[in-house]
Amino acid sequence: MIASRKLPRSLETNPLLGHWLRVNREGTVTVYTGKVEIGQGILTAVVQVAADELDVAIERIRLEPADTRYSPNEGLTSGSRSVEEGVMTVAYAAAEAREILLERGARALGVSLEQLTVSDGVITARSGGSISYWDLADDNLLKRNASGQVPLKPESERRYVGVSLPRRDILRKITGAPAYVQDLDFPGMVYGRVVRPPTYSARLTALHDGEVRALPGVIAVVRDGSFVGVVAEREEQAIRAARRLARLAQWHDVPSLPADMTPAAYLQAQPARSEVISEKSIAAAVPRTELAATYTRPFIAHASMAPSCAVAHLHDGKYQVWSHTQGIYLLRHELARALGVEESTVTVVHAEGAGCFGHNGADDAALDAALLARAVPEKPVHVQWMREDEFAWEPYGPAMVVHTRAALDESGNIVDWHFDVWSYPHVARPGDRDGVNLVAAWHLEQPFAPATPSDPPLPPGGSHRNAIPLYDFPNQRVTNHLVRKSPLRVSALRALGAHANVFAIESFMDELATAAGADPVEFRLRHLRDERARAVIEQVAQACGWEADKRSDGTRGRGIGFARYKNVGCYVAVVVEVEMETVVRVTRAWAAVDVGLAVNPDGVINQIEGGIIQSASMTTREQVAFDRERVTTRNWDDYPILKFSEAPTVQVVLLNRPDQPPVGVGEGATGPTAAAIANAVYAALGARVRDMPLTRERVIAALT
Amino acid sequence: MSDDSALHLAVNGMSYSVTAEPETPLLYVLRNDLKLKGARFGCGLGLCGACMVVIDGKAVPSCDISVAAAVGKQITTIEGLGSGEKLHRLQSAFIAEQAAQCGYCVSGVIMSAYALLERNPSPRDDEILVALDGNLCRCGTHARILRAVKRAAAELPQ
Ligand code: FES
Ligand code: FES
Repeated sequence: MIASRKLPRSLETNPLLGHWLRVNREGTVTVYTGKVEIGQGILTAVVQVAADELDVAIERIRLEPADTRYSPNEGLTSGSRSVEEGVMTVAYAAAEAREILLERGARALGVSLEQLTVSDGVITARSGGSISYWDLADDNLLKRNASGQVPLKPESERRYVGVSLPRRDILRKITGAPAYVQDLDFPGMVYGRVVRPPTYSARLTALHDGEVRALPGVIAVVRDGSFVGVVAEREEQAIRAARRLARLAQWHDVPSLPADMTPAAYLQAQPARSEVISEKSIAAAVPRTELAATYTRPFIAHASMAPSCAVAHLHDGKYQVWSHTQGIYLLRHELARALGVEESTVTVVHAEGAGCFGHNGADDAALDAALLARAVPEKPVHVQWMREDEFAWEPYGPAMVVHTRAALDESGNIVDWHFDVWSYPHVARPGDRDGVNLVAAWHLEQPFAPATPSDPPLPPGGSHRNAIPLYDFPNQRVTNHLVRKSPLRVSALRALGAHANVFAIESFMDELATAAGADPVEFRLRHLRDERARAVIEQVAQACGWEADKRSDGTRGRGIGFARYKNVGCYVAVVVEVEMETVVRVTRAWAAVDVGLAVNPDGVINQIEGGIIQSASMTTREQVAFDRERVTTRNWDDYPILKFSEAPTVQVVLLNRPDQPPVGVGEGATGPTAAAIANAVYAALGARVRDMPLTRERVIAALT
Repeated sequence: MSDDSALHLAVNGMSYSVTAEPETPLLYVLRNDLKLKGARFGCGLGLCGACMVVIDGKAVPSCDISVAAAVGKQITTIEGLGSGEKLHRLQSAFIAEQAAQCGYCVSGVIMSAYALLERNPSPRDDEILVALDGNLCRCGTHARILRAVKRAAAELPQ
């Protein structure tokens, strides 16, 4: 009896195997995936599982870019779900395709299935005789739905999965070959730039653009309400014209941003919808010591290295748009609404951008390009945002405040835990129900309102992502206070609420350990039953040579942070060493990671290294600044990120669990690293800093 | 524009003539006229290094120099270092260390490192760090990139 298996979600919603794979007569296999490369190396993992499950050499696998004309609709590439969903879907589809090929092979060779072996697409019968996939393939081969009855290969028969295969995309990138949406270059292509309002609320009152229309190369000046843009023959001409337009435009505005910059003040002053998300009272507690603390995070920018970009082409009344969006179908839907056209007249093709770390200006740039393309039909229009626009208009990761209170009993164990999160919603992507989440749509003559931001429910959660501790406390109460309206535009940033929540939980665990006179590593382990969680903490302690009760030399210290991402994803424990220089300097970091089966171990390690370094940057340096009128963060000098001379070395221990299903890793290190840094600062100096970023001023203030 | 307004550029050992306003940033001429996409736009203000090229031996952000100022100089871009068949040792080292996530910063980083190795074939670690401080990387690939540059420095040029 063959039990039907639970298929990955994407394969349940798109069961036709031919949507995922095509076996080509010339000896190759084409894989279609709805997931997209955002610098995380996901496509290499897709190719690995496809080659393994099909039994073909990896060189035979071709990947098609995500395209609304043929790709399966897999929603978004986000939330570290691409491994569970995208990669595993291709694995199951490939396993089923192999089974179908074997059945055909058996028939062609006149033998039973058991007689067959496969190597690199050649099916051989034990009695002799062979036939290849390429001979068996035809258009009907995969016109079948997934049956859910074909298991994946056991570990011992995998050849590529679990191996650190080199990334496929790297050669193009290190030789400077065209690799990104920014590099697209079509015959007859022209260049566009958009002039944004000076503030969120400003409205255009006048624009005397005659002199701009007369500038060399200018093809069109586009004005639709408060949306202003220009198209020119050459890129530098478009930039110059846009600058001139910005000087000529007259705006009406009323200051709309809060006067007080501290997140706690403006966030907690607003009405919130409060919801208890975890409540436990198992044992009567005899509290001895009580502690309370408040932790905060400011608005943080994605600050992708590449300002957002798109190319749009209105041809024969139909739009084709190339975008580094995380969701081609959602973007198509949103573009059609904003442009007032049928969805069937819009095609979105994914083209890679730089690492995005969540929802940045990618989708917005696509509408900008489409609006400008509408003004110059038949000409492809290339639009890249200026860096200033990216900083001013991207949706930030929201500010958060966490209030914690806990009680220790007389043996120094936590017997009561209260955790209150205040946050704005973390998601406002294209495709949300009401409104249109694309900047230009808000500025049109017939404007669309932005959709009400939403907060994903648990799990995985948004503001409350990782708010419920993995530790076993006998009594606890976790409450989420959601504040609907953010003064700044917000949406998903790597790890969502887990950055601030894990920062708070793990900082507070250290504060409690100190109060209990316990070592931070031992204190965590004594409250933790989950074996995989314990293992990463033990492993990281071992990797860094953790010494309990080590005294600081007054400048240097080590701290630990731990979380299981989303409480259902990867386990990550991080230790960092900091040195106090003129700034908090993270010099070294160690991590132990459990992602279940690691499809590409080096890919996992790369993501963890990057996650740690980026979190060190966010946690010690970064905050979006604004005044009463506008976001004042405009370029890299306003928003310094960690430089090469400031980045720590990182050592990653990967726990091998090939028997466990693979989970994503991209966001797993963000929270643990933040807390590890705060704990290391405390270990170094005895200064407890609870507000991000952990600046020198805050460290000094905490000392006194 | 008439032919005599053409500007002559020496890029990767080849000479090109382009027609553009003299104050056009070199970056746009490289990318859009010469179709050399390896120098990337990141900020346009010389703050991020994504557009780095080497001009007469020095690493220079190509967004921050006009095309006119580059006339008569030797310009090297990432495309001039090596291609698929014959890679520069820096490029091979980046593959060996898998020193990229999104990779957007990487061509600029390699050009900064190239200028360094050309004038100082065996740099100390701190010299490498100083040479790369004009390059930003948002993906946090710093540790790998450093390993790659050190690996390239340890291999003698053939
Ligand atoms: S684009 Fe030239 S330095 Fe940033
Ligand atoms: S690898 Fe993405 S910016 Fe450096």
